[in-house]
Amino acid sequence: MTRKRQRLIGLLSAGVVLGVAATLVFQALDDTLVFFYSPTQAAERQFRPGEAIRLGGLVKVESVQHSDDSLKVWFVVTDGANDVTVTFHGILPDLFREEQGVVAEGSFLPDGTFVATEVLARHDENYMPKEVMDALREQGMLVEENGKKSY
Amino acid sequence: MAKALHRLANPARFLRIASPLLPWIAAGAAVCMGLGLWFGLVESPPDYQQGDAARIMYVHVPAAWNALAGYAGLAIASAIALVWRHPLALVAARCIAPIGACFTVIAIATGSIWGHPMWGTWWVWDARLTSVVVLLFLYLGYIALLHAFDEQETGERAATVLALIGAVNLPVIKFSVDWWNTLHQPASILRFGGPSIDPAMLLPLMLMAGGFTLLFAYLVIIRMQTELARRRVMALRRTALAMSPASDA
Amino acid sequence: MPELGAFLAMGGYGAYVWSAYAITGLILGLLVVASLRARRSMRANLDEAEQASPRRRAR
Repeated sequence: MTRKRQRLIGLLSAGVVLGVAATLVFQALDDTLVFFYSPTQAAERQFRPGEAIRLGGLVKVESVQHSDDSLKVWFVVTDGANDVTVTFHGILPDLFREEQGVVAEGSFLPDGTFVATEVLARHDENYMPKEVMDALREQGMLVEENGKKSY
Repeated sequence: MAKALHRLANPARFLRIASPLLPWIAAGAAVCMGLGLWFGLVESPPDYQQGDAARIMYVHVPAAWNALAGYAGLAIASAIALVWRHPLALVAARCIAPIGACFTVIAIATGSIWGHPMWGTWWVWDARLTSVVVLLFLYLGYIALLHAFDEQETGERAATVLALIGAVNLPVIKFSVDWWNTLHQPASILRFGGPSIDPAMLLPLMLMAGGFTLLFAYLVIIRMQTELARRRVMALRRTALAMSPASDA
Repeated sequence: MPELGAFLAMGGYGAYVWSAYAITGLILGLLVVASLRARRSMRANLDEAEQASPRRRAR
């Protein structure tokens, strides 16, 4: 019994040490674990023009403009507080639409616009049929949870 | 509590309890997955954003849940093996590992297939996807360590330690989508405020999750029966060898 | 059969949906078959070892 208790205590204390160590490591790595920066985070960090980063946020309503004669598009990525204008030349993913999450890979120009070399769509965690969504929209029931939409 | 655990840890008793359950578990898995396929592929509506591509969820999510639950089982069995030295716990851990690895591969493969049309990429190294790859390597590392030593016990001890250290990865996988910005979306089911899935889509998801879990249990029991038979063969051969006269060799 | 065609097309995502289900079915199917086969051959081994064993213990 005492040997078992000894091993149990040993295991639990090793677990605590491991947990603390892991927490510290992940805190330290926080920056590298982030897949993208929101416009606000990007503004805080003041990335140099040309520095390769990923920018993520929601596509602002009515901000998408397509070029008439090429695959070029312009749109605004927002996190509510800050906006960034993004230009992209290429094919957008199926889920790219207004008010949907996107992650753009690329870099800032000196004037603050973001040139994307790749655009990825991010979808939210809500799954429902189209009719239900339409009904919710009609009733104006589409409250954004916790006051923030996921981006 | 310890006594009850000890009784269940008796291999003969385990076989007596688990073996008759096996056909019922198999039937349950078949029924759940059959209904899940019907509701998932035919009856449920397409998603308002993702259309029919959202149906990949009904295999991706159950596989991922079971990959995580399997690792939790592996870690718990390893802890019991380490503290209470129950031989059945080591048998269970050894049998869970390859099954968990297969479920992880399914989760990664179907996720990648889902990501291409929706996200616009097969793969990114965000925190969620990366931590699931780490999970696969933990499973594979566990299996490799088991067989890395001539002495079976040495391998088991090394693998048990790896299984326990690797348990750190479980909360990282679960909460990676909340702690860091990821391309992967946050949780839909296990979250505060209840699931954000329409009931018509929740039904096939839960049926498939139940079916996958029963199939996992079925496979674990089959493999444990096999492993216990193997250990008995080894024991019989050892005694036969010890009892045979030297001239026999 | 336009209905079957539409079902297989999965709103244009047929290749993705069906390949995801096919990979899942393939891996799970192989896993079940391999596990059952391993058990069968190990039980045959066990029978053999028990036959050969000097003291035949009933199990």
